[in-house]
This record gives sequence, C-alpha cells and structure tokens, in this order.
Amino acid sequence: MKFVGKSVKRVDGIKKVTGSLKFVDDIKLSRMLYAAVKRSPHPHANIISINTEKAEAVRGVKCVITGDEFTKRGGLYLEDKNFLAVGKVRYQGEAVVALCAETEEIAQAAIELVEVEYELLPAVTDAVEGMKADSPLVHPDLAEYHWAPVFFPKPGTNISNHYKLRKGNSPEAFEKAEFVVENKFFVPHVQHVPIEPHTAVAQMDVDGFVTVWASCQSPYAVRQALSVAFDVPLNKLRVISPAVGGGFGSKAGTTLEGILIPLAKRCLGRPIKLTYSREDEFENAYVRQGLHANIKTAVDDSGKIIAVQNEFVWDGGAYTEYGVNIAKAAGYASAGPYDIENVWTDSYCVYTNHPVGGPYRGFGMCEIHFGIEQNLDIIAEKLGISPIDIRRINGMKPGGTTGTGEVVSTSGLMECLEQVVSDIKLHEKPVSNNPKKVRGKGIACGWKAPSMPNNAASSAVIKLNEDGSAHLLVSAQDIGQGSDTVMTQIAAEVLSISPDKITIRTGDTDHTPYEWQTVASRITYSAGRAVFEAAKDAMDQLIELAQIKLGIYKRDLELRDGYVVSKIYPDKKVAIADLAIGLNFEDGSAIHGPVIGRGAFIPPNVRNADKHTGLGDHPVVFWTYGVQGVEVEVDLETGQTKVLKVASCFDVGNIMNPQLLEGQFEGAIVQGLGTALFEELMLKDGKILNKSFVDYKIPTADDMPEMIIKFVENPEETGPFGARGVAEPAMVPSAPAIANAIYDATGIRLNTMPMTAEKVLAAMKAKNSKG
Amino acid sequence: MKKWIQFTLNGEDVEHEVDVHKTLLKMIREDFDLTGAKEGCGAGECGACTVIMDGKALNACLVFAVEADGCDLLTIEGLAVGGVLDPLQVSFIENAALQCGYCTPGMIMTAKALLNDNPNPTTDEIKEGISGNLCRCTGYKKIVEAIEFVVKDQNA
Repeated sequence: MKFVGKSVKRVDGIKKVTGSLKFVDDIKLSRMLYAAVKRSPHPHANIISINTEKAEAVRGVKCVITGDEFTKRGGLYLEDKNFLAVGKVRYQGEAVVALCAETEEIAQAAIELVEVEYELLPAVTDAVEGMKADSPLVHPDLAEYHWAPVFFPKPGTNISNHYKLRKGNSPEAFEKAEFVVENKFFVPHVQHVPIEPHTAVAQMDVDGFVTVWASCQSPYAVRQALSVAFDVPLNKLRVISPAVGGGFGSKAGTTLEGILIPLAKRCLGRPIKLTYSREDEFENAYVRQGLHANIKTAVDDSGKIIAVQNEFVWDGGAYTEYGVNIAKAAGYASAGPYDIENVWTDSYCVYTNHPVGGPYRGFGMCEIHFGIEQNLDIIAEKLGISPIDIRRINGMKPGGTTGTGEVVSTSGLMECLEQVVSDIKLHEKPVSNNPKKVRGKGIACGWKAPSMPNNAASSAVIKLNEDGSAHLLVSAQDIGQGSDTVMTQIAAEVLSISPDKITIRTGDTDHTPYEWQTVASRITYSAGRAVFEAAKDAMDQLIELAQIKLGIYKRDLELRDGYVVSKIYPDKKVAIADLAIGLNFEDGSAIHGPVIGRGAFIPPNVRNADKHTGLGDHPVVFWTYGVQGVEVEVDLETGQTKVLKVASCFDVGNIMNPQLLEGQFEGAIVQGLGTALFEELMLKDGKILNKSFVDYKIPTADDMPEMIIKFVENPEETGPFGARGVAEPAMVPSAPAIANAIYDATGIRLNTMPMTAEKVLAAMKAKNSKG
Repeated sequence: MKKWIQFTLNGEDVEHEVDVHKTLLKMIREDFDLTGAKEGCGAGECGACTVIMDGKALNACLVFAVEADGCDLLTIEGLAVGGVLDPLQVSFIENAALQCGYCTPGMIMTAKALLNDNPNPTTDEIKEGISGNLCRCTGYKKIVEAIEFVVKDQNA
C-alpha cells in the first residue's frame, strides 16, 4: 500500500492554518438580510396571541413570520417538530417568531418589539415522572404524527419510543442466580459545544430555486427535511455545506435552516443569514439526552453473567424526531460488549419540556456504559475477582452472541483489554507524592455500532482530467475527523496516483452525489467504500482502453504511478493522462470519451430485528470494540479529580491514516473527560442555568492527560481496505473508566455524572462519617 | 458615532472610519473581510477571535475597534508572508494539530504571541499559554506537540 495506512497530511491543512477556509458565517453575499428570532421564555405554554405590528413598523425590517403560517410537521424518524412553534411552546428557547432586516442590529432591535402572550402549562421536567399516567402531556396529538415503523410511540403518554429486547429468559435466570447486583445511574444533559455555532444562509430566487448554505453534517438530509417541510421539490433545492467547525452530532439533521426558508420565500432574491450566539447554541442546538438507567445483573459464582435486566429512561426533551433512535440504539447495545444468554431491556424515549435531545458522539453508548461498566466492577468486587477477570470471562470473543442474538465473527476486545491492562499497569497500585492526594486506576470496555437506517447509502464520483489528475466528488463532510484526506487516500491507492493529484469536493447537493449523513462513525467505512468502488470503476475503464492501446489482455494490466502498466513487461505502458478523455487512434478517430468513475454502497444484509423481541441476526452492520484504562489523582481536601494518564486500545479494522486516527482518540478521550468530571447543562424547572462558557466549562489544554493510544487491526471485511468506524466508539469507555478509577482511589462510587469536586468531597465525607 | 483611525494591518498602513461601538473582531471581519478570526462566544472565553496587537495576543471580540488606532495589528491572514507559511502553520499541518479548523487561526495566533514572548517555553508553559483557547476536536495533545516542534526546530 502506498497511501492507505500512511499518515498522509490533511488535504485541507493549508486552508485551515491560514484562516482562508470560508465557513458559513464568513460568507457575505450581496443584498444579504439578517434574521433574528423571538424565543419562548417558558418551558411549556400555550401561545395566546402574537403581536408583530411594532416590529414590522421598524425601518429596515423586511418581513416577520410566525409558526401559524407553516404548520406542517417534520422530523427524521418521527415527525414531531415545527421550525417555529405552532399553538404552543415546549421548551424554553423555542423559536416563536422570526424576522429579517437590512442589518443585524435592526433585526435584534425589532425582535425585541414582538409581543407574545402565553398561558403557562405545567412543565414536565423529569423523564421518570413524565412517564407516569397523570403527567402533563408534551405532545397530546402524538397519535396523529407520522413515524418510521421501527419505532413505537405510545400516544396518550409522553413516551415517544418504547424499545424492547427479550433474549432468552431473564426472569427465570434471575430467580436461579447466585448473585444479583442492581444499581441506578444518572447521566445529565450535556452540550456538544462545537467551537463554531450553528449558522445558515438561505436564498430563494424568483424562479423558485432555493439555495441554503448551512454549517451541517448532512446536506442531503437537510435538503430532504426542508423539501418535505416547505414543499420545495428536491431539484429546486440546493444545500451547500462549505465547511463545518465541529459537529459531534449537533449538526446532524436540521435545526435552524427551517427558520430561514419561510423568510426567504417572502424576500425573493435576497440571501438571509442566521447565526447562533453561544447562548443560542446551548439552548437551541441539540443537547445530549439525559439518562436514568437501572441496571440489574445476575452472575454465577465463577463470575459468568447469567442475565441482565435494564431499564433506560431517556430525557428526550421537547422534540424527539432524532432521539427515538438513540433509545433504540441504546436498547440493542444494552448488554454491552459481553456475551450474555439472557437479556431483558426496556428503553424509553420520553418527552419533557427540556431542550431538544439529539445525536451526540456515542449516540447513547457513553451514557449506558457509565452504568454497565460500573456495575461490572461492583459485581467483580462482590465476587472477589478482579475487574480484569470479570471482563475476560464475559467479554465478547469471536463466535460469541450479542444481546440481539447475532453471532459475532470479529472482536478484538480481548486483545484490547490485555493491551490496556499492560499500558496502564493496572496491577501496580499508584501512590501520590502528595499525602493530601490519593491515586487510583480503573478500566472500562465499550462497544458501538453505526446507528443508522439499514439502507443508509453512500456514493462517489471520480472525474479524470486531461493531465491525469482527478476530481473526487462526495457528500461525506469533513467535520474535522479528516474524511477529505482519507477519501483522497483511498482513491489515490486504487488509481495509483499521488494524493496531491486528486482534488476532493464535498457538500453541495447540486454537484456532489448522495450521502445519507455524516454521522454514526460511518464515513470512512461507507463513503470510503463508495470512493473505493468509484476509483475501481475508473480503473476498469482505463484498463479496458489500455488493453486496446497496448494489445495486452486486461487481466495482465494494472495501474502503477500514473500509468496503466503490463504486469509482465513493465516497460509496456500508457499514461492515465493519455486515456483520461478517451482513446485516440492513429487515424484520428477516438472512442469512449472522458473516464468518470461511479461508486455506490449500501451496507450489505443489514436486516430489521423482530418487532416484539428485538432479536435479529444482523441488525447492525458491525460492532467496534475497545477498552480504556485511566489513572486519576483525587485531592482529599477539595474532592478535585485530575486524570493523569489514559491508555486506550480499540479494534479499528485496518488503519487508514495513523496520525488522523490518533487525533480522533485524543479528542474523544478529552471530550469524555469533560463530561465525566465537570460538564452538565444545569436545568431547573425547565430552564438552563449555565448557557455560557463562564458557567459551562469544557476541557482546556490544562486538563489534558498523558495518553497512550494503541490499536488492534482485525479487518472489517466489507469496509474499504478493511476499515471500520471508530470516531464515536473512542469516547464510550471514558466516563466509566474514570468512575472506576475514582472508586479505586477513594472507595467512593458515584452513580451520577459529572463527578465534580463537590460530589466527590461530599461522598468522601459521608463515607468517613459512616466509618 | 464614527471615528477615523489609523493603524497597521498585516503590514499595511490603513486609515478607516469605524463606528465607536464596533468591536475589533467585527471590524476586521465585516469591514476588511478578514474572516480568519472567528466569533465562538463573543465573550472572550473561547479564543477563536485571537489576533495580535502590538505583539500581544488578545480576544478581538472584547476590544473596541477604535482601540486599534495607532497600533500594529496582525491577523492570521498576515502570518504567511508571500504565500510562505509561518513555521507554526507548517508544524500544525505536519503534526495534525487541527481538525475542524475553527479554533485553529486563534490557536496559532496565541502560540505566535507566546513564542514571541518566550521563545523557549516548557510544556507546562505551552499548556498554560493556550489554555484560553478552546478546542473541542483535538484533545490539545497534537497542538502542544506542534508548538514544541517549532521550539525545538528554532533551537536546532
């Protein structure tokens, strides 16, 4: 391999280090208007009246809209949301009125003049309470909504999806079990905090064509959602995502784009921009759903897990068009990366009057593993075996069976475990030099599958140029993970031309081919496979032409360093450049025309699980397994935890780009550390208390631990060059590994995230007072 | 109310009439179309808008544009002279010290000012020096390594 598996430098590097890459907020178009949004101050209220007269009278205001004019609901999996509130508001910050004006200042001043009268409704501010029969309803009309048939809303309740998994006979197994351990865990809402806030520009021309520039992970999904919501045919709707300043899930699906389309319809020919402030970002972009988990595990005296019974209650927020699938994903992953015969899981997505839950790196896995992996350590201690052994006994091995009954062919979990145990020196008890501090170590396993529709598709086009260079067109978005570089490497490898001879273009639904979404850690795998197929298609065309040109049968030809070359007589060759636009003959005639490679991919044989039991032999395309070990130091006087060292090892399939891969793990570890120790969206009575960087801290360079990152490479057979998805799985074990290390250091077990200094200190005091 | 100011912008003398309430960030982005500096929070907490004024890194979102009067202002666009990248820019690419790229201009400008002030920072000094610049993608390791790489290279 010449390019795949090498640390090829980022193809977008120069643009990014020079500040010349244009993000959406950097776009300035002629005659641009600026939007502003009036938002609900209440978590739950009926809208009694809206008065926009004063705002409309302000000089420079072009148009004002309310939700009553656009009442069609939309959503990815469950059509439950409007871009502007219709009839009532369901969370504090929900968009109620939007306007656009000649300048940002006019728009901001005018929106303040909009008057909205509300009738307050009792708010649902706790998902567990919200499940009860007497709870107020966030969506009383749920029965009328449309949803994909793999989800199970319960109209008349706040449950927007009830996922069930029933493998074996858990109730019977629990009756017979020698040891049963049951614990509750809570994971609060957190926010993605991309450094680039959400932003979009929309313009509708007189002929009805709409162009949207959006900082979004998934231009095709945005196009689809806007098309349905506003009845614009797909051929007249163009979504461009020029660059994305961090996503982590928050820019999957559609958020603010829908507010702009109605304004654009009223102001033909004029582009309209809306950029979220940081406060908006905390309040109105997606947040990670909260989770109340009850995890019950039965083991025999050898440490073998006999059965699990899990209840997950997800605080989905006001709209769960996306969140219903997180409840589902968590459900089918609920056994964790362990081979367990009896599994009983109920995973509920529950509407509350909280900010809108949505996809966040890990898609439910970080949250459920916080409980699964701590419960496992609790069991191990009760049985008197080590955290390592309980994972050795139960961890998924090739030939094992997942919670849904799928037989696993590939799992490097055991190799990862041994690597991490060795790298973090788990057998050596750490000692602090400071008598006021204690140290501890902990490990956690994790797994994740891409959580996506079975038919999530990718495509790619490669156009060869006259000089033998190429353009690669995909709609996989480089949101920082490095997909532009990896896609280029894959095409370069197949075509045997240098990556600098390939220019990749992405994210323009008029010009780059279909991609379902840049989510689910699926891009290297799925879009990468489409690129592989497109390059192969171009290669096949070149070889067809070369066999005519050279008079050598095609099976004896290959691409090498910009030429089609005879495998037997390497001096017999023809340059790709001489075939790129077709094959010319000596008499002046020519055949074929330009070489354009086309590639398409859908993960093979992914089938729906059984509706009633959740069982299925291949409900997800693959599982990614890995382990993290951490060493922490806890300050006995303040309760402050410092993560000193993290060792991570994952089975990533074959490595595409070692340096970029490491970057995914380093970023995930530090992001996981933030959620474990201090990140929390503080909610009180449905209101967010900390919507700024002053009050919501994310990790800085000072928080960075020493990181040892290793990989196991069991290839993914259907992936390009054996690649598997990794960017989200990398974060999954972080929080529980830290929790287990804090326990090792202090003997206290915290069942709620984040594990702040206050909580650790209070728990240590409580433990000491008990003696 | 507007005021005329004079300053040096990326090596060029400029005269400009600016609203006295406008921030430095808005002026360079809106009036000069230099969009490398980003608004990540508008409150001086994320560092995405970092520029260098008279040799010191500052958050352009917290400073009024009129304060640039008489100053020497360097933005990320002025760092690579004549298309030749600054050693920090080269090192960020070589060490994969960037992902989405949104914090990168601010991070590099902070690093530039840090090295101007202290050409031989320790690892801890580098970490402290960039701790006002938030990055959500990289976990900071490769950023610190990229800055260390430049320090070592200068000393070699």
